[in-house]
Amino acid sequence: MAHDLVAARVAEQRRREAARARTPLALAWRQLTRYKLALVSGAVLVAAYVIMVFAEFFAPYALDFTDRSLFYAPPVGVHLRDAQGRWHLRPFVYAYRLVDRDLRIYGPDTSRAYDIRFFVRGFRYRVLGFAPTDIHLVGADPPARLFLLGSDQFGRDLLSRMLFGSRISLLIGVLVVLITFPIGLVLGGVAGYYGKIVDNILMRSVEVLASFPTFYLLLTLASVLPATLSSGARLFMIAAVFSLVGWGGLARIIRGLVLSIRELEFVLAARAAGLGDLRVIVRHILPSTTSYVIVAATLSIPGTILGESGLSFLGLGVQEPSTSWGLLLAQAQSVDVLTHFPWLLLPGLAIVVVILAYNLLGDGVRDALDPRQRSS
Amino acid sequence: MIRYIARRLILLGPLLVGITFVSWAAIQLAPGSGDYFQSLVLQYPQISPATIEGLRARFGMDQPPWIQYLRWLWSIVHLDFGLSFAYQVPVTWLIGSRALNTLLLSITSMVAAWALAIPVGIYSAVHQYSVADGALNVSAFVAISVPSFFSALLLLYAAFWTHLLPLQGLTSVTYDVLPWWGKVLDVGWHLILPTIALGVFSVGGLMRYMRNNLLDVLRADYLKTARAKGLTERRVILRHAVRNAINPLVTLFGFELGGLLSGAAFVENVLGYPGLGRLILEAVLKKDVFVVMGSLLLGSVLLILGNLAADILLAVADPRIRYD
Repeated sequence: MAHDLVAARVAEQRRREAARARTPLALAWRQLTRYKLALVSGAVLVAAYVIMVFAEFFAPYALDFTDRSLFYAPPVGVHLRDAQGRWHLRPFVYAYRLVDRDLRIYGPDTSRAYDIRFFVRGFRYRVLGFAPTDIHLVGADPPARLFLLGSDQFGRDLLSRMLFGSRISLLIGVLVVLITFPIGLVLGGVAGYYGKIVDNILMRSVEVLASFPTFYLLLTLASVLPATLSSGARLFMIAAVFSLVGWGGLARIIRGLVLSIRELEFVLAARAAGLGDLRVIVRHILPSTTSYVIVAATLSIPGTILGESGLSFLGLGVQEPSTSWGLLLAQAQSVDVLTHFPWLLLPGLAIVVVILAYNLLGDGVRDALDPRQRSS
Repeated sequence: MIRYIARRLILLGPLLVGITFVSWAAIQLAPGSGDYFQSLVLQYPQISPATIEGLRARFGMDQPPWIQYLRWLWSIVHLDFGLSFAYQVPVTWLIGSRALNTLLLSITSMVAAWALAIPVGIYSAVHQYSVADGALNVSAFVAISVPSFFSALLLLYAAFWTHLLPLQGLTSVTYDVLPWWGKVLDVGWHLILPTIALGVFSVGGLMRYMRNNLLDVLRADYLKTARAKGLTERRVILRHAVRNAINPLVTLFGFELGGLLSGAAFVENVLGYPGLGRLILEAVLKKDVFVVMGSLLLGSVLLILGNLAADILLAVADPRIRYD
């Protein structure tokens, strides 16, 4: 009796598992979880975007905060044991003391320890743009400065600026995907579906686009942007420039996929049912390209991030006072600055981590969604 | 095949006109900031407006934009690229020397990258799932995730503290008095840093590509046959597998040819290398229009020819591929 019950339960559970496993999404998810690196990368990215959204909370100092007496200060040392050998319960920092005025060498002023305090009050901001508050994750009382990653040539906190800069660096990739993919999908779909003249015109324009040396084109277009644009408008213009350069490749591949999909029976069925062309393309043909599109989107984001940071690095992208990781890294361009104040290289590390995470995630997603393209 | 190539080459003309027109329009559309001569007034207020107008007329910049464009196009047909505003020398001369420097760097880096990536990719595929394969794969991912300007900065930092390599430029100050072999050594010495900075990215990508291609081929039935025939493993891999796996890389080679002139711009800027990428950045910032147009044209021609070469090479390497 009891035995039957157990057997029935096991059978039921198996049936449920089988049902769950059969949906394509579940299959993909199970595949994805097999790639530990991809999952870790996904987690890193989620963390990065969450921190980006609440940048003001995590940033100890405001975007425009400057302490002109403390330029090129190294990362502050966080201690638990003070100069007299006593242990403290809370981690603390010392205030900076200028040791060598000419070489900008700073040392700790060990006469007094300043506790690192959590959930402190600082500059005012609005959470998500509406809830006003002035609570920040960490802070230290002046005259000590909590420059956890050091400061730049104007005495601005590098960590805070990296947090604010992540807004542009992380959003530009997503923004460009949101612009290019609808365009590429529809134009590629139309070209593949209608063929003949439409196809010819669209694909020749893609070829013209592909014949531009991308980087030079980006340079020229970016230099056209007027210096008077607000930072938000500028971000959108830069995204538009990248989209203009980037939609062609996707359109071309979607066209190739559509060419073969349109011959399938369900397309014929849809047309026989009397649906309009656009509806057939958008509702019936394009969904078949989903797995390719998701992979392509994930893998196109790091390229855009790279492009934006490159443009900003050369001074043609984001402009001061707003900032991005590329622009922050531009400070480290001169040999003297770079070699004596190496913490200014950290924004570059942030770029590498995010791009690496996207690449690994994209690779994992491709293996999970599209077994034909599986790399190993 | 010949017909296909001819058709592509005939299309080259209209394509280039289209490209130059778009670039010209983009430069002309630059609002507010004005042209090169306008910016001269800001820099040197002592220049009289008459001088500015004279300069404008000399370069034909007093005409309406579309006439300027047609004039430029007309002179290009006669292989006259015009004068640089900023340097007052022929653009051909300016671009020529810089383009050669860039080619030197790009080709060195490309050769080094391929020479390293192909064997490593083969090794990695043959030893799939080994510790070395895992490590190489992860390193390849890191390599394709490092922007070239960042790797250049890191190398600069390392070179400064180790005093092993020169930091900037293509030649030492003593270059002019060196004997010819000294000059070669000097340039080679200066090339190491930019070559590594530029090559890291392509090594990562190429290696992964080679590995994945080879892994696909290794599953093929004809390899079983080759092994069953009693061939040595070395012969199976090198003669039967690698030969087929390397085919798709041929396309990549063509694309790399196309990008030879435009790929090194960041490294050139960070490492103070006198190449085309740095020239075009300066020209864009100064609105030195003819230099920008000339470099763009050169870059585009090379890119289009590279793409064509990629298609041709692929057809040559793989008889299954037919055009028209």
